[in-house]
Amino acid sequence: MVESWDGTLSSTEFYVAACAFAKQWRKFNRSLPQWSWVTCPKRPWISHDNQVGYLSVENVILPRLSEEADQKGDIIEKEECVSEYEDEVVDTAVVVHNGGPGVHRYDFHAVYSASYRVPVLYFLQFRANGQPLLLDEIEKDIPVHSAELLTRSKWTFMTQEEHPELNRPWYTLHPCGTSEWMKLLLSTDASAAQSGIPVEKYMISWFSVVGQVFGLKLPVEMLNLVGADSTIVCTQ
Amino acid sequence: MVMDYKRGGTDAQQYVWGGAIPLQIHLHDSEVTTLPPPPPALILAPRLGYLPLLVPQIKPFFSSSLPPGVDTVWFEYRGLPLKWYIPTGALFDLLCAEPERPWNLTIHFRGYPGNMLPPCEGEDSVKWSFINALKEAAYIINGNCKNIMNMSQSDQAELWRSVLNGQLEAYLRVSSKLKLDIVGDDFAFKLNSTTSHSRQSTTDLDTTGTIRTGRIPVRLYIRTIDEDIDGLEDAPIVDSWEKISYINRPVEVHNEGKCFTLYDAIKTLLPELFKDEPSVDSNTCEAEVKGGQNSNEGSSKSTEERGEAQTERAGLPSDSAEIKLIRIQGIEPQLEIPFGWVVNNLMNPEYYLHICIYVKVLEPITI
Repeated sequence: MVESWDGTLSSTEFYVAACAFAKQWRKFNRSLPQWSWVTCPKRPWISHDNQVGYLSVENVILPRLSEEADQKGDIIEKEECVSEYEDEVVDTAVVVHNGGPGVHRYDFHAVYSASYRVPVLYFLQFRANGQPLLLDEIEKDIPVHSAELLTRSKWTFMTQEEHPELNRPWYTLHPCGTSEWMKLLLSTDASAAQSGIPVEKYMISWFSVVGQVFGLKLPVEMLNLVGADSTIVCTQ
Repeated sequence: MVMDYKRGGTDAQQYVWGGAIPLQIHLHDSEVTTLPPPPPALILAPRLGYLPLLVPQIKPFFSSSLPPGVDTVWFEYRGLPLKWYIPTGALFDLLCAEPERPWNLTIHFRGYPGNMLPPCEGEDSVKWSFINALKEAAYIINGNCKNIMNMSQSDQAELWRSVLNGQLEAYLRVSSKLKLDIVGDDFAFKLNSTTSHSRQSTTDLDTTGTIRTGRIPVRLYIRTIDEDIDGLEDAPIVDSWEKISYINRPVEVHNEGKCFTLYDAIKTLLPELFKDEPSVDSNTCEAEVKGGQNSNEGSSKSTEERGEAQTERAGLPSDSAEIKLIRIQGIEPQLEIPFGWVVNNLMNPEYYLHICIYVKVLEPITI
């Protein structure tokens, strides 16, 4: 009986995928803040594996896309900004790493959902003085097309709810569609590799989608690790 | 006969839907601007409801006393801001070790603790949170949220209204359209085959012997007690949500011919608390299921003895902790009750079973 993969992961597979992603990110994004696994300080007698936790990256500054690029949706102009991720090119026109007073910093967490069996993105953004931003300020930060999606289906897209591991409200991208688009992205890999789910590629594909909401694009070298059809590069 | 009880719900469902907690609501001192201060408001809060839904009833008691400003309502119990998206009954079962009647809560209309609680803008926020939980439960049961996303506007409105007003019959009428039945008449679970193409279909009992699995939505709230106490009334109050461990993880059920009990369910979620213990005697369980089938209560007198032994076994300490109490909808069900019965009768309208567990953390033995 042929089993087709449904786009989901077990929590153990997520742990493996997350560690692989952190390593891949370190290899190709050395100048950016790094992902690290945060083990949850739960009582040891609650969970029997040490892998209960989440993947975290802090102080990410979103790339500044020019106003023209946003409005025209011109692919060429957007690709100029991808260059900031490559070590050798420093685009001085793009404020990235030092951050002035108007710069907003983001913390991103990838937390496993046992219900949906996929990673879920939680995020918080801060002004330079450490104060968190409100939802409508975030909307100004993200690329225009994401903002459109946001207003069209607000409740199913970006919402505020309690972080599953920290007792605080965070923002999150709703996960109910994740397994479907992950299946689309990686199912050819899954059936080709008879060993099952392509765990090593999972987070790259996942981030290639959720990162787009914030204008974060993975460098070409990372995308090549999984193949062109296993990621989404936004062309709108 | 069977259809009659299904239309109006089982006896246990009626008890649960009719269940309410008497509240005595005090306006916070900092918001009292009149002398004498307003007396507390006394109201009945449905177990299956949510605190913000009571604000329209409560506000009239205090509105003349409030300082000027915009209302941002929140509730607090002994200094702990209450999470408004947790059903009232679950909050009560968790935070009042020894049930306090009436339950004394403080209400605030100003100074919302936005660093601790997501914003709540009244009924709309609660409804959204409820629908979201229902979607998640549907995903757990069926592998997709389609039947929730495809609900007609009128069905959604009717469902929410039945929850708002605590109308079980209306609720059962609408919810039956959602095809989220996970339990059959014999308390056995309706399971899906493991091949993923059939994950989305609810199927009959499989006779070919393939392994069948199902996932049941469960929310577990674990309160740890790390002091030596004689009785529950001595339990230290919860002054921070850090003292509560929240586990939102489905129970996986595999049909291997054995009866799956509440004990089995909790053991799958918290295996560390059941180390080195004998598993449930499946023969005993089958006999109990047959004997209990005619009564909706689900536990006959002959099981009391076994129940006690069972509870004692669960109480046997692992190296570091032991379960003191398992509370669902305000009761402590016998652990050998079929889990299917517990789910069918004690779950909340969003198809989640909320379980409160008190765990005593033992002192490490020092040599």
